[in-house]
Amino acid sequence: MTIRKSTAMIAAITMLAVGACAKKAPDTLPPAPEGTGTDTGAGTGTGVVPGSQEDFLASVGAMGDRVFFDYDQYNVDAQDQATLQTQSQWLQRNPAVRVTLEGHADERGTRDYNIALGERRANAAKNYLASLGVDPSRIQVISYGKERPAEIGSTEEAYAKNRRAVTVIVGR
Amino acid sequence: MTLVRYLMAGVLATASLPAIAQDQSTVQPQPTIQLPQPEGPRESITGTLSNERTIIAIPALATSSVQNVAGLRTDSLGRQIAEVIAADLERSGLYDPMGPSGIPAISRAEVQAPRFAEWQGRNAENVVHGFVDASGTGGLVVGCYLYDTALGSELVRKGFEIQPGDWRRAAHKCADAIYSRLSGEAPFFDSRVAYIAESGPKGNRIKRLAIMDSDGGNHRFITNGQALAISPRFSPDYKKIVYVSYLNNRVRVFIYDVAAGSQKLVTESSNATFAPRWSPDGTQILYSMAVNGNTDIYRISANGGTPVRLTSTAGIDVGGSFSPDGKKIVFESDRSGGQQIYTMNIDGSNQQRISFGGGRAATPEWSPRGDLIAFTRMGGGEFRIGVMTPSGGGARMLTNSWQDEAPTWSPNGRVIQFFRTTAGREGKSSLWQVDLTGVNLRRLPTPQDGSDPSWGPVLP
Repeated sequence: MTIRKSTAMIAAITMLAVGACAKKAPDTLPPAPEGTGTDTGAGTGTGVVPGSQEDFLASVGAMGDRVFFDYDQYNVDAQDQATLQTQSQWLQRNPAVRVTLEGHADERGTRDYNIALGERRANAAKNYLASLGVDPSRIQVISYGKERPAEIGSTEEAYAKNRRAVTVIVGR
Repeated sequence: MTLVRYLMAGVLATASLPAIAQDQSTVQPQPTIQLPQPEGPRESITGTLSNERTIIAIPALATSSVQNVAGLRTDSLGRQIAEVIAADLERSGLYDPMGPSGIPAISRAEVQAPRFAEWQGRNAENVVHGFVDASGTGGLVVGCYLYDTALGSELVRKGFEIQPGDWRRAAHKCADAIYSRLSGEAPFFDSRVAYIAESGPKGNRIKRLAIMDSDGGNHRFITNGQALAISPRFSPDYKKIVYVSYLNNRVRVFIYDVAAGSQKLVTESSNATFAPRWSPDGTQILYSMAVNGNTDIYRISANGGTPVRLTSTAGIDVGGSFSPDGKKIVFESDRSGGQQIYTMNIDGSNQQRISFGGGRAATPEWSPRGDLIAFTRMGGGEFRIGVMTPSGGGARMLTNSWQDEAPTWSPNGRVIQFFRTTAGREGKSSLWQVDLTGVNLRRLPTPQDGSDPSWGPVLP
């Protein structure tokens, strides 16, 4: 349990750090954590560890790890549903993998409210994954409110990318 | 730390002196010496929108003999204390301090025998005199006097025996005495602020809990920045700070013990807890908790125990601030569609919306005087700081910028601090304050960027 937690933390922090360096390229990928470190196995020919963040992103696509929301909204629309369906297929192929759903808001809300809003968004995505058969006990939720924008800037374009729920692999 | 009043100074001299946070040594009340109190005219200028600010001359404090006390020279301190007094009074917006630079120094003998004609000739309506002497026991004795130059009368006389490291507090206490005497308002300079120091790139901000005096002096970082820290609140006795830490990638409210340097969870829960606030007596804490995506407000004893759930709507109910009598809570909710401000009794009963019109309203904070609620008004893509009465009347805006957020009140309910964020990729956050006229807007100096200020009460 301790190992799993710290691995998750390192993975999340690394991802955030890289996310911060991203210019405007939404296709910057978070680095792949090495899972729990003991399940390296033989792997595939590409060196991607099955069940890893890298494997997940290779499967769901560059922005397939996240769904986006309208201003102050948290409903899962048709496009979000398609994204989450792709995620759920991978999650069901990797039933031992646990994930964190990160909820985020753009900077046009006050701090505490945005944390509550990020909770709504992450839970909306979690509930949809659960409706597709993903065991909700595999999904942790955390809200960052407006603390961790993916796209820096005070434009509609940046805001649209920041109103998101991101699925992050934390290990097995 | 010892801060002792040893000269009689009106009603302020009789209060008991509880221990001060962060410094464990006890403050002992000292027998006070009865001195004849001055009788002078009392001006009433608070709340005026006039730009005619009273000119107050503040020469460097004199010293009987230049001595070195714990590495501090009494003559240098005399100038520094005068500078702090002048800065405090200037920041209040009500006064136009003159000096200590550019005006004559005074002799020790002049402290109680001012050259009134000279100060009148410089158009000063009031003059501050004082002295800094070695106490003989390793400390300092600071005296502080306020005079009316036209009447030639003494308006304030205060004295402090202090440890050398507390000279700033003596300056703030002196400024408070002057401010209170001239304005009729309660003091507020000798108080502290907890806030969040920010650094690093916008996408991965390092946010540290930090504390400082109300003017930015005596700055100290509390947390090291490894875990994201937000929304601190000083306990009324300054001994603790309640805040949210993302320690171990969870969102939880902690109570940090300033003297011990340790912290504990407010409540054990697998859910996110955030937006904490103290009750005025420090015995209760409000916090918000998200359960399956739905956020409600809870109240719990500061010592732990079973939390009481106060709200139960499907909307986001978040934040909260106690009325100074501890009987009511003002909070925000989007149950009507967007964020608006509501009040309720502390048991959660009688929930009533008080903000209407003009966009959304958030982050309500009840004034320590009880007469007003400060809040963030959101509309037209901007955040502004406003105030309204507890029933929602008389709403008016005090600031006008891109994003001004999260007001916190001065201990006397006359000044509001908040943080201002600028737009764009290079946007920064900084701490500001504005008085109730909206005219006196000042940026607070902080070593890094700053947000989420929390202003505590006047120190005893």
